[in-house]
Amino acid sequence: MRNSNNSTMVEKILAAHADKEKVAPGDLVNARVDLALGNDITAPVAIREFMRFGLDRVFDPDKIVLVPDHFTPNKDIASAEQAAALRNFAKQYAIKNYFEVGRMGIEHALLPEQGLVWPGMVIIGADSHTCTYGALGAFSTGVGSTDLAAAMALGEAWFKVPPTMRFEYEGKLPPYVGGKDLILYTIGQIGVDGARYRAMEFVGSAVDNLSMDGRLTMANMAVEAGGKCGYIQPDEITLEYLKGRVVGDYTAVYSDQDAGYEKIYKFDVSDLEPQIAFPPSPDNVRPVSEASGIDIQQVVIGSCTNGRIEDLRLAASVIKNKRVHPEVRLLIIPATQDIYRQAMEEGLLKIFIEAEAAVSTPTCGPCLGGHMGILARGEKALATTNRNFVGRMGHPESEVYLCNPAVAAASAVTGTIVDPKEAI
Amino acid sequence: MIFEGKIWVFGDNIDTDAIVAARYLSTYDPAELAEHLMEDIKPDFSGLVSSGDIIVAGNNFGCGSSREHAPLAIKGAGVSCVIARSFARIFFRNAINIGLPILECSDDLSHLQSGEDRLQVNLDEGLITHLQTGDAYKSAPFPPFMQEIISRGGLVEYVMLRIENEK
Ligand code: SF4
Repeated sequence: MRNSNNSTMVEKILAAHADKEKVAPGDLVNARVDLALGNDITAPVAIREFMRFGLDRVFDPDKIVLVPDHFTPNKDIASAEQAAALRNFAKQYAIKNYFEVGRMGIEHALLPEQGLVWPGMVIIGADSHTCTYGALGAFSTGVGSTDLAAAMALGEAWFKVPPTMRFEYEGKLPPYVGGKDLILYTIGQIGVDGARYRAMEFVGSAVDNLSMDGRLTMANMAVEAGGKCGYIQPDEITLEYLKGRVVGDYTAVYSDQDAGYEKIYKFDVSDLEPQIAFPPSPDNVRPVSEASGIDIQQVVIGSCTNGRIEDLRLAASVIKNKRVHPEVRLLIIPATQDIYRQAMEEGLLKIFIEAEAAVSTPTCGPCLGGHMGILARGEKALATTNRNFVGRMGHPESEVYLCNPAVAAASAVTGTIVDPKEAI
Repeated sequence: MIFEGKIWVFGDNIDTDAIVAARYLSTYDPAELAEHLMEDIKPDFSGLVSSGDIIVAGNNFGCGSSREHAPLAIKGAGVSCVIARSFARIFFRNAINIGLPILECSDDLSHLQSGEDRLQVNLDEGLITHLQTGDAYKSAPFPPFMQEIISRGGLVEYVMLRIENEK
């Protein structure tokens, strides 16, 4: 077994963390966890379970991250209590990586930005979009609150090694088409359970040319295809991103040349249009040309999917010197405090505010129908978020369409869904 | 761990709403949840199933929501083990984490008779034996640490024991 060179990146990372030479899909392994994440919804439950252990310490206070991002700044008394549970626990157990309002951001945008993620790590989070960190060549996946409690105590979690599917994207992407469109297109092709329980490996020239922000968007939505994780193997762009953020050594891990893939998909994306996911499912995907003319009352640019600086730059470039349609509310939510500050320094906030958008402090807010932009009965929203299930952003009879930030900004101006290249 | 019991056969894609409907989720008590086990697809089931019985199902058992109530309801009914061709990801995790023994078996068991056929399950070896006919079916055994989680009654109990031992 020692010399067999046919493992995927995920198999190698899991084997290394379980002290095994090699693992195969279907194997159950107990692996060391390098980082365990919880938020203001899931961590209070994990903390309650953790307390049953009667421990006076966590396995490693530097390897736990607690982020109050979903209902913060606290939207009501119940959410204030949950945020307080996080804050108190972080204090009691000396958790360094607790991020208070004013310093925080949406967890999956925050962790890479703060240099807490690097290639080869095993990361679990009690949040389904924990798969985002695969964009940096880590193995990361969403788990339940009980798993988080156990990991906080032991620094371990069990995994069933997933089979890996490979997705190859070839071609040069047209303007206003990016990582969001690649992943929406993929989900549209394979369905919401097309990669159920699988690792999704993203490769090809179109991925090689994507910025880190675009890659994070792709890995983020692996779970919308049912994936356990989605990943992109580290390259120059990855290393460039990590420089100055990550201190200390790490070893990037790569799939072997003849790694065993369960299935290989090849997509030519040189003519890809911006993609729109129609309600009520992220796999209900059509090109923007088939969506144009649909009227919308709210546009949201933000979330762990598309609230990063590149997304805001793109939106600003589209909306500059224009005005939001009189019957549309445009909400812009930078995903982290750093992104917010950067947007301010680059003059993006000025562009948004002059266009009559509402710009908010970082929060998940409307993405999960929490607060800061809930929809009324019959309203339609266009959002750069990742889910459009029934009632996701408010009333069960409201609807959400998903898109990239350029489409969102252009459509906010016209009041109907539009291809940015036609609106400019 | 070895279980013996009579079986109840279900099909493919049994979702968590079928296992225990959303309207009963106001409780977390396994015994109460068990009263509504499979109610919407087999209304008399909670009266038929008895302690030690085994559920046999097809592909993707436990798909749908992530509710931990589903495996809890099955455990609360005294079901000793669930055998399926495949499980939905979160159900699989939840079942292990609450200490409900589950087994993936790629053999087709759909021809077996509910309430009549009896199986023996050897969890350590991943071996399933038909007690009346002697037919044997194979599944992948769980590694020891996972058998430990299951036999302790779940992940929380397992962690507690580990902590005890390390003191
Ligand atoms: S932004 Fe939305 S998808 Fe992302 S963590 Fe927050 S609620 Fe979840």
